[in-house]
Amino acid sequence: MSASLNAYLLVGAVLFICGVVCMATKRNGIGVLMGVELVLNGANVNFVAFSKFTDLGLDGQIFSLFVIVLAAAEAAVALAIALNFYNNHLTIDVDRANKLKG
Amino acid sequence: MSGENLLFTIFAVLTCVSAIAVVVSQTVVRMAFWLVLSLGSTSALFFLANADFVGASQLLVYVGGTLVLLVFGVMLTASGPYLKIATSPGETVLGALVALLFGFVIFACVNGVEWRSPEAAGTRAVAGNTLRPLGLSLLGSRPDHDLKDGDRLTPGYLLPFEIVSIHLLVVLIGAAYLARAKRRTVSPSVQS
Repeated sequence: MSASLNAYLLVGAVLFICGVVCMATKRNGIGVLMGVELVLNGANVNFVAFSKFTDLGLDGQIFSLFVIVLAAAEAAVALAIALNFYNNHLTIDVDRANKLKG
Repeated sequence: MSGENLLFTIFAVLTCVSAIAVVVSQTVVRMAFWLVLSLGSTSALFFLANADFVGASQLLVYVGGTLVLLVFGVMLTASGPYLKIATSPGETVLGALVALLFGFVIFACVNGVEWRSPEAAGTRAVAGNTLRPLGLSLLGSRPDHDLKDGDRLTPGYLLPFEIVSIHLLVVLIGAAYLARAKRRTVSPSVQS
């Protein structure tokens, strides 16, 4: 496997798919957060690969920096919500989060 | 096989295998470990793609910051040493099926498109040492593009940068508000 654009894109696709499946199947709230991190990393790999191999230039790297910062912010808020949920329900199982169901 | 290709192969395989291990492993602590491995080798891929500043901030922010935050979340929410919340087998099979189909679609798309090469559009490839070009791009000056006649300087990324700064401030206040210590109120129906 040579370091071509397609190879980078395939790595990004694998990260994205793993993240989506992780988000969909994990019942632990922290596991769902890890899935989100994987998805954002897949997007970052794609941005950096396009920045190297096409005429996107530095735009890709700047956007991946923005994605990294926003992912950190998202993780902070989501963990705060998870801790709040655990304080109220004594579990982190997201299937138990059905209080708002009508 | 050249050295760069060898390194790329090693880190790409490491990234993919650890990402799959994150999905497969059951305990959340093992998931965190595999996630560290996956994000670390992703930053190695960034270094291989001449994006050294992005790779460094990936290491600092993700592996150093976000994952420590996640591990703290694991510690604060685990009610036992090896908390397992198992997924039902039907959901596992369904997830694997959806992943295979989705992967097939993405791989077909990636291999079916002829991507443009950088020589066509007058872009100079920035080979490493991207800190100064990135800073200049934030200000609107683009060291990686050749200015042609009629091109104006782009506004740059100062406004998105400011928005992200305000966003981080709001998130900081919001996270501190949400996670502050409160009196634990558990209704008896939930506790059973």
